[in-house]
Amino acid sequence: MADVQVWVWRGDPSGGDFMPYKVAADEGMVVLDVVHRIQAEKAPDLAVRWNCKAGKCGSCSAEVNGHPKLMCMTRMNEFAPGETITISPVKTFPVIKDLVTDVSFNYEKAKTIPPFKPKPKDPDGKRRMYQEDIERVQEFHKCIECFLCQDVCHVIRDHDENKRSFSGPRFFVRLAALEMHPLDANERIDLIRAKHGLGYCNITKCCTEVCPEDIHITDNAIIPLKERVVSAHYDPLAWAIRRVRGKRDEFAAPEQKQPPSA
Amino acid sequence: MGYVITEVERHAYDVVVIGAGGAGLRAAIEAHALGAKTAIVCKSLLGKAHTVMAEGGIAAALGNVWPEDNWQVHFRDTMRGGKLLNNWRMAQLHAQEAPDRVLELEEWGALFDRTKDGLILQRDFGGHRFARLAHVGDRTGLEMIRTLQNAAVAKDIDVFMECTLRHLLTDGERVTGAIGYWRPSGKLIAFAAKAVVLATGGVGKAWRVTSNSWEYTGDGIAMALEAGADLIDMEMTQFHPTGMVWPASVRGLLVTEGVRGDGGTLRNKSGERFMFKYIPEFFRTDTADTEQEADAWYEDKKNNRRTPDLLPRDEVARAINAEVKAGRGTEHGGVFLDIATRRSADYIKRRLPSMYHQFMELADVDITKQQMEIGPTLHYIMGGVRVDPDTAAATVPGLYAAGEVAAGMHGANRLGGNSLSDLLVFGRRAGEAAANHSKRAAAPKIDDAQVSAFAERMAAPFEKTGDENPYAIHSALQDTMQELVGIIRRRDELEEALARLERLRARTARVRVTGARVYNPGWHLALDLENLIGVSEAVTRSALVREESRGGHTREDFPKADPDWGAKNVVTRKRDGRLVIATDAIPKVPAELRTLLGEDKPTGEAATGATKTPVAAGDD
Repeated sequence: MADVQVWVWRGDPSGGDFMPYKVAADEGMVVLDVVHRIQAEKAPDLAVRWNCKAGKCGSCSAEVNGHPKLMCMTRMNEFAPGETITISPVKTFPVIKDLVTDVSFNYEKAKTIPPFKPKPKDPDGKRRMYQEDIERVQEFHKCIECFLCQDVCHVIRDHDENKRSFSGPRFFVRLAALEMHPLDANERIDLIRAKHGLGYCNITKCCTEVCPEDIHITDNAIIPLKERVVSAHYDPLAWAIRRVRGKRDEFAAPEQKQPPSA
Repeated sequence: MGYVITEVERHAYDVVVIGAGGAGLRAAIEAHALGAKTAIVCKSLLGKAHTVMAEGGIAAALGNVWPEDNWQVHFRDTMRGGKLLNNWRMAQLHAQEAPDRVLELEEWGALFDRTKDGLILQRDFGGHRFARLAHVGDRTGLEMIRTLQNAAVAKDIDVFMECTLRHLLTDGERVTGAIGYWRPSGKLIAFAAKAVVLATGGVGKAWRVTSNSWEYTGDGIAMALEAGADLIDMEMTQFHPTGMVWPASVRGLLVTEGVRGDGGTLRNKSGERFMFKYIPEFFRTDTADTEQEADAWYEDKKNNRRTPDLLPRDEVARAINAEVKAGRGTEHGGVFLDIATRRSADYIKRRLPSMYHQFMELADVDITKQQMEIGPTLHYIMGGVRVDPDTAAATVPGLYAAGEVAAGMHGANRLGGNSLSDLLVFGRRAGEAAANHSKRAAAPKIDDAQVSAFAERMAAPFEKTGDENPYAIHSALQDTMQELVGIIRRRDELEEALARLERLRARTARVRVTGARVYNPGWHLALDLENLIGVSEAVTRSALVREESRGGHTREDFPKADPDWGAKNVVTRKRDGRLVIATDAIPKVPAELRTLLGEDKPTGEAATGATKTPVAAGDD
């Protein structure tokens, strides 16, 4: 088969540049295969993160021709013959070396999220949830933490200074998953506004567009969270009800099912 | 190179857990809960370990779908699936404790698919008598690892990410810690620890066609061996029957057994459902022998027997191998897996979303309309570090092992779904025992000379003047194991493999690494090669010794199961730098549990697929 040529960004925090590499092409090849072949044949110290090579672990995030992508799910036949192909590290996080960036920002933010706290069990010691009540949370649980949504979010992509007060789409998805979990009883709503910076998001949906798991980040996670923050903080009646009845009412499924009697 | 190799960052913990998949995370959570100062050290970022790729589910006799299910049936299925080579006590503990471990995940926020009554839904899988696997579509591993990850983070357990531990430290009698390097900086790091838990997974990357990620380089097995611990059953490797075969770039990628659990069937190129020809005597009474009965079984398990599509993995992998060898395979050397003609498109997309996505994106195949092309892929090793069944303690004091790195639980063949439950059950037990041990143990004394010697060994590839490329050696190793230590084995090929492994070891000594120490994958692989080759040798030598066919080990020259071998573990030890192979009697199953197993013994008669058994209608 023909050769493929790609331009891979090589460098470290002090700087770097795109370097051209030409390797043999295989049928069905993905960008990560090309990077591996470059490692094996041309540049053994080329740094890249990867694990599953199946779109399930979210390790091999990079920018291919400037677009945030999982390298393992980007087929080489998506590009026209002769098209220039560039592979560079995600821009929002500091480079360590070549295609590897320091993503510790995300792991630090994860520590600031109040964890799941379960409600009491049913009287018979079991826990019941209904498929239709958990499906929207299961959508959020599909997140593979590739951090492409973080990469593309312009609140932090071009403004490093916002990172302190803004957690980014990945963690709005996480917060939404916890807030909408039918069994969760923890309190987070004040934090979502004050600590995680939900207000910075002006719903341009860039995160939704790059999500390899097709999570509707903006529509299903961010906007409902924003509504929840608004009603909790600016609607005095809702605020009073929440104080008295607890937070679950706003997210309760329209029809609460009862466990079957038999 | 300008590096001071003796510069080693130092830490001290009660318990150091190596690996952050399901077993490592569960062990760390338990050790921490018992008050031990605990560290998790992992090669990748947190949440990326191989557990994340698990698809089908977690086997646990919850009895939500089939109230008839209980731990005794799960125990029986596990032992029979393992061709009775399992450590009975591990299989018992596993079957008894798996339901609690699954329910515990729910306490930590996991959201499994539900039954109509709102309980955890369970799906059918190979070798399990009842629908038993708690699952989330076909991404159960992601749910499990994220739940455990979040629980560990919430408890503020120290995590050392992208940090590879390469050698155990010992004081001659017990394990005192471990040493390795930070992947990003290349700097060396050592831990003093009262107890070390190995949760490092298997060694799939020694084979060419594998479902395993780069991390699967046999680290824990090699480290345990070097520290003087026993390994058992190293010849027992599992080829998952359904890996992708085309395109070449995704060859080996896993296709979940859930496809068959949810109604998919295997066909050869003529469209024949060939599994009916490969029902071994050992499973005959449990297995449907007509297509009609097999298809009816999905809905009515009382009046029908299980489809042969869901025989244990070793049986199905050998059958596929035999079909392809007989010229009845597909264009790319596999067979067909068909769910398109058997279930609706909506059902397939709902139950198997990531399979749909994977085939659509990577192979241009729409599994709701077309058949998948699949073939066996190295998936798992049943062998590993010999452990005490109750405490997961290795044979060297201070060392524990849980999950794939440990051995015994699965015997000669692991059932699908029993891995995730194994991680939880024995991860917890290892964490508990390590924490308890650390309370009794004195502070470990680190031998500085040992630290320096290991530090020099790790830095050595930068100093070499040889011309060997680590990637080329790895590739040659994968070809060797694939060709010579594959599904079907024989003496001359295994001996040839040993000779080639020796040559690869010599080449590895001449590997020269270029570039700096900062995030240098060539250097990382150069160090991994020692583990890969060492563990491959243990597999090959054990395979030579076991002169029978059983589970994941099939010898063309010894095609039958041998009752004498069925009572023995093959034991591997390292003494004076060389591997020594011995055998030991497996612990005898107590009488009250033996009655659960049935009287018949595995015969291996369908082992190579060469012997075909006649189909006896009405046989029950």
